[in-house]
Amino acid sequence: MATEGNIHARPIAIQPAPAGPYVHEAHHPWLQHHFDSMTQQAEASTLGMWVFLVTEIMFFGGLFMAYLVYRHASPSGFQEASHHLNIYWGTANTAILIISSLTMALAVRSAQTSQPRGTQVLFLFLTIVLGLAFLGIKAIEYTDKFKDRIVPGPNFHWEGTHAKAAEQFYSLYFAMTGLHALHMIIGVGIMSVILVMAWWRIFDEEYYTPVEVAGLYWHFVDIVWIFLFPLLYLIGRHYHAG
Amino acid sequence: MEITTVGLNYLNNGYGLKSWLLTKDHKRIAILYLLSITGFFFLGGFFALLIRLELLTPAADMVQPDTYNKLFTMHGIVMVFFFLIPSIPATLGNFLLPIMVGAKDLAFPRINLLSWYIYVLGGAFTVVAAATGGVDTGWTFYAPYSTSASNSHVITAGLGIFITGFSSILTGLNFIVTTHRMRAPGLTWFRLPLFVWSMYATSLIMILGTPVIAITVLLVAVERGLHLGIFDPALGGDPILFQHLFWFYSHPAVYIMILPAMGVISEIVQAFTRKNIFGYAFVAFSSLAIAIVGFLVWGHHLFVAGQSTYAGLIFSILSFFVAIPSAVKVFNWTATIYKGAVSWDSPMLYAFGFIGLFTIGGLTGLFLATMGLDIHVHDTYFIIAHFHYVMVGGAIMGYLGGLHYWWPKITGRMYPEGWAKFAALTVFIGFNLTFFPQFIVGYLGMPRRYAMYAPEFQVYNVLSTAGATVLGAGYVIPMIYFIWSLKNAPLAGNDPWGARGLEWEIPSPPPTENFVVSPIVTEGTHQYAPSREVGIGH
Ligand SMILES: [Cu+2]
Repeated sequence: MATEGNIHARPIAIQPAPAGPYVHEAHHPWLQHHFDSMTQQAEASTLGMWVFLVTEIMFFGGLFMAYLVYRHASPSGFQEASHHLNIYWGTANTAILIISSLTMALAVRSAQTSQPRGTQVLFLFLTIVLGLAFLGIKAIEYTDKFKDRIVPGPNFHWEGTHAKAAEQFYSLYFAMTGLHALHMIIGVGIMSVILVMAWWRIFDEEYYTPVEVAGLYWHFVDIVWIFLFPLLYLIGRHYHAG
Repeated sequence: MEITTVGLNYLNNGYGLKSWLLTKDHKRIAILYLLSITGFFFLGGFFALLIRLELLTPAADMVQPDTYNKLFTMHGIVMVFFFLIPSIPATLGNFLLPIMVGAKDLAFPRINLLSWYIYVLGGAFTVVAAATGGVDTGWTFYAPYSTSASNSHVITAGLGIFITGFSSILTGLNFIVTTHRMRAPGLTWFRLPLFVWSMYATSLIMILGTPVIAITVLLVAVERGLHLGIFDPALGGDPILFQHLFWFYSHPAVYIMILPAMGVISEIVQAFTRKNIFGYAFVAFSSLAIAIVGFLVWGHHLFVAGQSTYAGLIFSILSFFVAIPSAVKVFNWTATIYKGAVSWDSPMLYAFGFIGLFTIGGLTGLFLATMGLDIHVHDTYFIIAHFHYVMVGGAIMGYLGGLHYWWPKITGRMYPEGWAKFAALTVFIGFNLTFFPQFIVGYLGMPRRYAMYAPEFQVYNVLSTAGATVLGAGYVIPMIYFIWSLKNAPLAGNDPWGARGLEWEIPSPPPTENFVVSPIVTEGTHQYAPSREVGIGH
């Protein structure tokens, strides 16, 4: 209250140009000019990725919603259909992704602590290999489904009592794991770029945002699988042995 | 002091096509968006014109019912996804948000440019769908029309919407990060202009809602193409699930359209009454409240779709709740105007128009949220009138008002005020003449989406078509004088309205970097009167 000054006083000080040689603190080569500091740039990038991951949750959310509705509509059909998924491949893939999350975290850590490029590249390489292993196993599983003719469509063939529900289950199975696999492929692509950047010795304790942001994405894709695995492979396993 | 020259700015900083198509400057990207959404606005308007011409007579004499289905579908798709959703955020928001927070650009300039290319790609799909024969499912794509019954270009149009959704997501993401991380020193949340608050709330809906419509139309496309049974009952799917998923986005999408307009009106009302907004914090939080509550009301579109009565009741009550933050805004604008030094410049005329028309649109929304009444007026012209009062009377009025208000900042030139007043009046009259009769004819029972109707409804339809003609003229006039003004109108100077805010501190048009030296903010950016510093955070 009781602020003095006339009504046209402007609340914004446009600072006078600094005199003398002082301009900014020395520019980091990877600082984009619309940011004031490396910290601001890093915080903006990580927040950007977090917000993106929120949109991803909503994106997958639509599919999870559909899964929920149809599983509620035909629980026994979903159980029956689930038994035709290969639990061993599924478990192996779960283990692979969990390990890849570890190598990913180690890659971020090694960039953050300015480890030699060999270390950074090694962890990124392992992450990529594990990602490819996951995709390879997924390809084997898909091929089996084609062979067994349990791919939804006119050729769908089912020998149980719940053909309709099974086809729906496999519609969701392919939609959900397919979308997830697409995310894995994109993830492998991103990691390859990051690996090249690491090879060029770009990352150190001052600048490691790309590794960190790519890592957030990788962990997210892993977590999606952690939900997909029990929903698709494990439902109803405790009712009768598969 | 008369201004006779303009310095180096974002417009004269490079002229080649490449300097535009590869620009990372948020201001140039805003112009790119402005040009493309204007194209889609007139395309959507063209479909509307054909609809209105067909409805001049009760018989389907100008076009066949099948063609008519395509006309209203394409009108809806183009106007909703390619004009209204991006309208204010992608143009005015893109241009102003970084300036209003005192930043040199949005947090992710390249992603911003990418979002425009994505928009253009999605638009191309839609244009191809329209050119090769169109879609006839209605813009709502209800299953099983969209999944099996329709023979039209559903997949192409669906992919267009899917792709464009990502441009909207990226814009929202950019705005949220910019608002959090790019504010100038001293620019606290409660010193932000209300336009920024409304952009922030809009962005929340964009990032939370758009992915859901994206996956939904993708599933429709996949279902059509590969016969997966998701929504089509013939394949074991659930068509109601489609409606739930569709409206989970498409109801909040209405707030993607109206919240930015509300932000514009808050700015205009302050500038042309020379007063600070009445109850700043209430107006700011009401934007967030609308965004949040708006996600909980989608079921009011399913009152007659087989949803349980209890679910309907809850959705009905929640829909009523949205009226509270909306009314807070209307009351606060009114209180701001009360005893203000009102100047009747053209942006203010649009603001007055907005307040009146939005109030009618909002209140009739309460009729529709009432389950019993909704059964009577469901799928009639009453609802057409209701949402056009909100989207055309609200969102487009706000968009035009904002375009007039910031035109001097964007181009550095004024526009002919006399013509602008005339156009604002024409729009207002044309709008009411078009849509008010639709409330009546809808209440009397004329259903939507038919090329034919009972002869006793003709008088209302003739009035409506006449109004649409006037309204169309009202939209063309500003386009002409805006283009004329680029070369011929007087220079505007930094602050032609005597308005407040960071954008009025810098030259018009702004330099490429916005601020040669970073601003430091010491009090609310909209200080129209010193004794009324906003009361929070001090
Ligand atoms: Cu609604």
